Amino acid sequence: MAKIHLNNIAHSYQPNPNGPDDYALKSMEHIWEDGKTYALLGPSGCGKTTLLNIISGLLTPSEGHVLFGDDDVTSLPTEERNIAQVFQFPVIYDTMSVRQNLAFPLKNRGESVEAINARVEEIASMLGLTDQLDSRALNLSSDAKQIISLGRGLVRDDVNAILFDEPLTMIDPHKKWLLRSKLKKLHQEFGFTMVYVTHDQTEAMTFADHVVVMKDGEILQVGTPKELFERPRHTFVGHFIGSPGMNFLPVSLEGNKAKFNGQTIKLNHDYSTDISDNIMLGIRPEYIAVTTPDNGGIIASVTNVEDLGKHKIVRMTIGDHTLSAIVPEETEISTNEVSISFTPENTLIYRNNLLIEKDK
Amino acid sequence: MKNIRLTLVFYIAFLMIPLYWLFNMSLKTNTEILSGFSLWPTNPTLDNYITIFSDAGWYMGYVNSTIYVGLNTIISLAVALPAAYAFSRYRFMGDKHLFFWLLSNRMAPPAVFVLPFFQLYSSIGLFDTHIAVALAHCLFNVPLAVWILEGFMSGIPKEIDETAQIDGYSFGAFFLRIFMPLIKSGIGVAAFFCFMFSWVELLIARTLTSVDAKPIAAVMTRTVSASGLDWGVLAAAGVLTIIPGAIVIWFVRNHIAKGFALGRV
Amino acid sequence: MQKKLNQKAWFLVLPVFLLVAFSAIIPLMTVVNYSVQDSFGNNEFFWVGAEWFSEILNSERFHSALGRQLLFSAIILLIEIPLGIFIALKIPKQGWAVSLCLVLMALPLLIPWNVVGTIWQIFAREDIGLLGYVLAALDVDYNYTQNSTDAWITIIIMDVWHWTSLVVLLCYAGLSSIPDAYYQAAKIDGASRWATFRYIQLPKLKRVLLIAVLLRFMDSFMIYTEPFVVTGGGPGNATTFLSIDLVKMAIGQFDLGPAAAFSLIYFLIVLLLSWVFYTIMTANEGKTNQS
Repeated sequence: MAKIHLNNIAHSYQPNPNGPDDYALKSMEHIWEDGKTYALLGPSGCGKTTLLNIISGLLTPSEGHVLFGDDDVTSLPTEERNIAQVFQFPVIYDTMSVRQNLAFPLKNRGESVEAINARVEEIASMLGLTDQLDSRALNLSSDAKQIISLGRGLVRDDVNAILFDEPLTMIDPHKKWLLRSKLKKLHQEFGFTMVYVTHDQTEAMTFADHVVVMKDGEILQVGTPKELFERPRHTFVGHFIGSPGMNFLPVSLEGNKAKFNGQTIKLNHDYSTDISDNIMLGIRPEYIAVTTPDNGGIIASVTNVEDLGKHKIVRMTIGDHTLSAIVPEETEISTNEVSISFTPENTLIYRNNLLIEKDK
Repeated sequence: MKNIRLTLVFYIAFLMIPLYWLFNMSLKTNTEILSGFSLWPTNPTLDNYITIFSDAGWYMGYVNSTIYVGLNTIISLAVALPAAYAFSRYRFMGDKHLFFWLLSNRMAPPAVFVLPFFQLYSSIGLFDTHIAVALAHCLFNVPLAVWILEGFMSGIPKEIDETAQIDGYSFGAFFLRIFMPLIKSGIGVAAFFCFMFSWVELLIARTLTSVDAKPIAAVMTRTVSASGLDWGVLAAAGVLTIIPGAIVIWFVRNHIAKGFALGRV
Repeated sequence: MQKKLNQKAWFLVLPVFLLVAFSAIIPLMTVVNYSVQDSFGNNEFFWVGAEWFSEILNSERFHSALGRQLLFSAIILLIEIPLGIFIALKIPKQGWAVSLCLVLMALPLLIPWNVVGTIWQIFAREDIGLLGYVLAALDVDYNYTQNSTDAWITIIIMDVWHWTSLVVLLCYAGLSSIPDAYYQAAKIDGASRWATFRYIQLPKLKRVLLIAVLLRFMDSFMIYTEPFVVTGGGPGNATTFLSIDLVKMAIGQFDLGPAAAFSLIYFLIVLLLSWVFYTIMTANEGKTNQS
C-alpha cells in the first residue's frame, strides 16, 4: 500500500478544451494518505466519479500525473494498479458462484489453485460470506452482491486502495447502515486506504476520517467532519454540509464588528484589513441563540417552526434575508418577533465566498 | 480500433455489393447486360424504370402489395393491442396455453398452409382480394405482434392503470390517451415487424391472388417474355421493392437497436 | 409483476383468438382431414387412416428432404450465430456511424424473399453476375445450376447475406444494455478480452440469443422462396428442402393426402425442435423472471 498523489491533474472529456468550463475536473493537487478513509462529497456532476476513475485508471487525465508512492502510474492500465472498486450497481458475474466470483481476479492473474482457494476462504470469512460461497451469485440480495464485488477487490493481497462509487444507492435503507459499519470495521481491522464517493453528507461524515468536498470539478475543502462543520472554507461547503446549512448574511466590516441591516454584530477578530464589497457573514443554525424580543439584539420575524422531536428548527426572515436556527426542544417560540444573537467564536467572515482565516 | 472498422467495412461491403450489382443492372439496357461485363453502366438509362411506371400490370403490383401490407399491419395491431394488454396485466383461464398456442403459429411453415388457405379463401369468395392476403398473413404476424407488445407493456408499471382508474378515466379513454402513448415505441416496433414479414412474404401472397391483388413480388416472374428474360426490367423491379423497406428503416433508425430486442432485454 | 385474476380479460383476447383460429384452425382441420383420406378426384373421399403418415415417414424422398433440411439449418445456425455475435461486438457503442451501420445492415431483412433469390441468382451467374464472373475469371470451377456443392454454397452464402444482420441487431441490442460498470469491473479484475466476453457479455446476451436462435432456426427450417428462385430445388434434388418438396407435392402433383400428412409431420418437427432448443437454452436458468 502506498499514498496516492494526484500531481496537478486535470481532465476534460473534450479533445481540445478551450476554457475552464470545458474541464470536468479542474487542475488540482491532492494527496490521499495511506490507510486513511476519505469521502468524496459533492452534488451530482461535480466530477467525483471522474476523479475516482482517474485514480483507478479507467480514465487517463488530460493533464498531470498520478503517483502511487513514488511510482508514476499515469499511463498504467487499471489491472496493473491494484485498485479495488465497488460501483453504484452491484457488479457480479451472474453465471458464477460466489466462490468463482471471488477467485476471478486471481485466476486472471494466473495464480495457483491452492493459493486461490486459500485466499478466497480467507476473504470469505473476513466478509462473512463463508456460508454462501457455493451458491449462485445471481440469486443473492443486492447488499450481499455489493459485499462480493468488494471481496473481488480485496482478494488481491496487494491492493493499494479501495474505491467506492456511491455503493449504497441500490441498497435497502435498513441495510445501508449495516453495510457501512461493516466497511468501517474492515478498515479498522485491515487499514485499507478507502475513497468513498457519495452525495449524501451523512454517509460521508459517518464513514470517513477526511471529507473532500467538490463542486464544478474543483476540490473546495478537505477536512475532518468537524472541520467542515466548524470552519467551512467556502460558502458552498457551509451550505452543503449541515441540515439546515449555514446561514449567510451580506455585511459590511468595521474592525471587529460587522454591520448588517443597521445592526452591529460582534466578531472575534479584527477584520479592518479585509474590507471588500462582497463580504458575507456565516453562522451555523446551531450557534444562533433565539430569545424574546425584549432582550435586544437583532430582531427577526419567525415564519415557521419545525419540531423535529430532538430539537426545533426556527425559520426566520430579516428584511429580504432568510435564516434558520436550531434551538433546544424545550424552547418556546410564541411570538412573531424574536431576538437573535450569534456566538462570536463561531461567526465566520467570507470574502468572495472564501473564508477569511484568522486563527492560523 | 482499426481492426474494428475493417470488420465492419468488410461485412457492410459484403451486404452492399450484391445490392449495388442489382442497381447497376437496373440502369442498363438488356442488350448491354448481355453483351459484356462492366462494373458500372456505360450508358445509364432509366428506360427500365419507365417501362415499369408506364405499365399498370407492373405498378399495380406495388399498389397491391402496399394495400395488403398496410391492411395486415392495421389488423394485426388492432387485435394484438388489447390481447397483449390482457396477457401483460391479468391471469385468466387458459392464458398460458393460449399464449403458447398463439406463438406456435409463428412456427407453422407457410408451405403447410398454402393449399388450405387457397381452399378456405376460395370457398368464402375472398380469393384474389387484398383482404385475403392480409388475413392470411395475420397467421404469423398477430402472434409476433402480441408477443412484442406484451414485452413492452410488461415494462409499464401497473400503478399507472390504477391511478388512471382513480382519476376517473374509462378503460377506453385510458387505453387510448394514456397507455398507448406510453408504449408507442413498442407499437412502432410491432408495426415494423408486421410490415417486414408481410412485405417479404411471397408464397402465400402469390397463392391467394391471380390478377386483382397480385403482389409485386409475383409480378416479377412476368419478365420472361418472348425474347427471353428481360434482366434490366427485372433488376429495376427488384430495386423498387427494396425502396419501401429502406424508407421504413430510415424512419426507425434510432430505435433499431432497442426495437430488435423486442422490449425483452 | 403480480397479475390480477380476471376472467373478463378473455374479451380482450377474443379478437385475436377468433382471427388466429380462423386462419390457423380451419386450415389445419382441412389438412388433418385430407391426411386421413384418399380421393379419386371427383370429390369422393374415403378413410385411409394413418396410411399416408406411414407412407411419408417411410419414404426415401421425405427422409432425404428432411436430412437436407436439418443439415441446412445446422450450417446456417453454426455460421450466422457466431458471425452475428462477432460483428455485433465490433459495432461501436455510439457515434454518427452507428446509425448508418445499423440501417445498412437492416436493409437485406426488408427485401422480399423472392427478390433476395433474384439478386443472388443474378449475382452468381457467370454471364451477367459479378460473383460468377469474378470466379470464372479466377478460373474457379463454379456453376450453381450444375454442381450441387456450388448450389449449396450459393444458397448458404445467400442466407448468411440475408439473415446474419438479424442476429447482429439482436446481439447489438443486448450488448448496448450492459452498463459500463461491468466493463470497468472486468478491467479492474484484470479480465482478458475473452474472459470479459465469456463472463459478462455472453451471459447478458443469453436472452437475445435465445430469440435469435429460435427465429433463425424456424425461418431456416421453413425456407422456401429464396432457394426456389435461385435453384428451383436443383440441381436434381440437391437443394429441395422440406417446404419446396411439400409445395411440389401439394400444388405440382396435387397429391393431397400425402401432402397433408407431410404438412402435419413437418409442423410437428418444427414445434418439437423449437421446444428442444428452448428447453436446452433455458435449462440452466433456474427460475425465469418472465413468462
